[in-house]
Amino acid sequence: MRNILYTLLLLLLAQAAQAKLEIEIVQGNASALPIAIIPLQWRAGGPPPATRVAEVISSDLYRSGLFAPLDEKDMVDRPADAESIRFGTWRLLKVDYIVLGWINDSPDGSGYDIVYQLFDVHTQERLLSQIATVGLGDLRFGAHRVADAIYEKLTGVPGAFSTRIAYVSATGGQGHTKYELFVADADGYNPQPVVGSPEPLLSPNWSHDGKRLAYVSFEKGNSAIYIQNVATGSRELVSTGKGINGAPAFSPDDRYLALTLSRTGNPEIYIKDLTTGRNRQLTHHWAIDTEAAWSPDGKWVFFTSDRGGKPQIYRLPVNGGTPERVTQEGDYNARATISPDGKRIAVAHGVGNEYRIAIVDLDTRRMRILTPGLLDESPSFAPNGSMILYATREGDKGVLAAVSADGNVRQRLILAEGDVREPAWSPVIR
Amino acid sequence: MNTTWRLLLALAVAFSITACKTTKPQTEAAPEAAQPAPVVEQEAQPVAAPDPHDYTDVRNFDNSESLLSKRVVYFDFDKSEVKAEYRDIVAAHAAYAAANPSARITLEGHADERGTREYNLGLGERRANAVAGLMSAAGVRGDQINVVSYGEERPVCRVSDENCWWQNRRVEIVYTAR
Repeated sequence: MRNILYTLLLLLLAQAAQAKLEIEIVQGNASALPIAIIPLQWRAGGPPPATRVAEVISSDLYRSGLFAPLDEKDMVDRPADAESIRFGTWRLLKVDYIVLGWINDSPDGSGYDIVYQLFDVHTQERLLSQIATVGLGDLRFGAHRVADAIYEKLTGVPGAFSTRIAYVSATGGQGHTKYELFVADADGYNPQPVVGSPEPLLSPNWSHDGKRLAYVSFEKGNSAIYIQNVATGSRELVSTGKGINGAPAFSPDDRYLALTLSRTGNPEIYIKDLTTGRNRQLTHHWAIDTEAAWSPDGKWVFFTSDRGGKPQIYRLPVNGGTPERVTQEGDYNARATISPDGKRIAVAHGVGNEYRIAIVDLDTRRMRILTPGLLDESPSFAPNGSMILYATREGDKGVLAAVSADGNVRQRLILAEGDVREPAWSPVIR
Repeated sequence: MNTTWRLLLALAVAFSITACKTTKPQTEAAPEAAQPAPVVEQEAQPVAAPDPHDYTDVRNFDNSESLLSKRVVYFDFDKSEVKAEYRDIVAAHAAYAAANPSARITLEGHADERGTREYNLGLGERRANAVAGLMSAAGVRGDQINVVSYGEERPVCRVSDENCWWQNRRVEIVYTAR
């Protein structure tokens, strides 16, 4: 029954969202928290906008895999304030939490106040009573901030719904492809172009202050690395020259950039000091060593290497040392993304011609496959570790998808037209 | 009597000289009119086709019977060894470049879409380096060869099956100067 409810909710959301978002249930999560986000009453002047705040919140919470939002159709009661809540009704609907409230014009007239409260149905306790103030046209962002607050209150983990994603889109046919790097909301809305080129763009990587993107561009004929300020658009060429200039990755303190250079004759990992520009070579092996990723404490660099024959994930201390192999299962593991708590990595895992996203626990080294494949790649952890964004293919089209870290819920993001790839999830921007 | 004869003689000499002068142009004009003679057609006959096995002859780049007209080397999945059937092509281009010191070659390395993009940049480069190594061993100077990898970013086809994948696992031999 619940599955039917979910499907209906999703169809509603999909329609309201102008087919931008398609959610598919992999399997129900029995421990997902049942919650009702009651449509917020519109108390501001002017007609209600297209953005339906409660639906955005429900969709965000559902996507995390930890919540089971109640279908709006089943909300027999639509209270807006605490006094109107009849807790018995919600207990009958088997809902553990409810969120209600309204939207006002903000007092200085510059935007809206989203006034909301979160209640525990069983204890009747009010867990949150807050106002999220947003500018005109920022209701979606406000809804994401509300979802973040609810998520954090009920899970103890900060939400990642008001964060952003970067991705590359390729449009046009053979011979006249246009590449663009976009930044959009974490649910795929509001894409903004960052840079465009008739030559390939790849490997976007966020600085940890959320302000810059490093990326690889072939606009000069060979691969080169740029760092661009997302807000101002100004950019700096940080690595060019013969051979590969690839796989940029900011250190957790943004002072260094790990990158791949092949000027010694084969691709090696280097650490560039962004203040002085000096490169320090980190790997010394004739194999292909690339796709560096930093541990959150800044002490380890994980990377892809085929020194054992085929690509696997290794790690070594930032100051140098002997690389240690991390992935033990499967004949191809590449492009690690590290969870924010440093305890897991997600990788592109290949067996034969089939590529899926898998998670590896760094303590046990056990691997779990999260996605069905068959050409899944470029995993990127959400900044709260709850979801993984990745690139996959449907027919001849590249699309992005998000899977909850426990693998229970998977969602496809339908973004702009064209072939979409190389997603990178931004950090939380406080 | 003497003066009159002398004057007549001078006049006769002068007259004969001018008479000669006026006839000259007439005789010169005649050969010009006769110039378009069958003799010229012999120079327009076609030159003999180049020997397709002469890998130092630049005309063989456009001669489909010559290995020099073949400029793509293909590779097995996840491999960068130049297979036996492609070594002759590499050897032909190496022979050309070794014999023509002004030749400049860019070896563009590519990979099919499977696997991650940055690793595939490395794989494309490794393939191009394999071709470059064979050329160097055959006497091509280092400064004649430039290696660039595009990884999986410049596919010639975009279908997710082996019919397309093999076409993308390649090194293209591109002359920037012949």
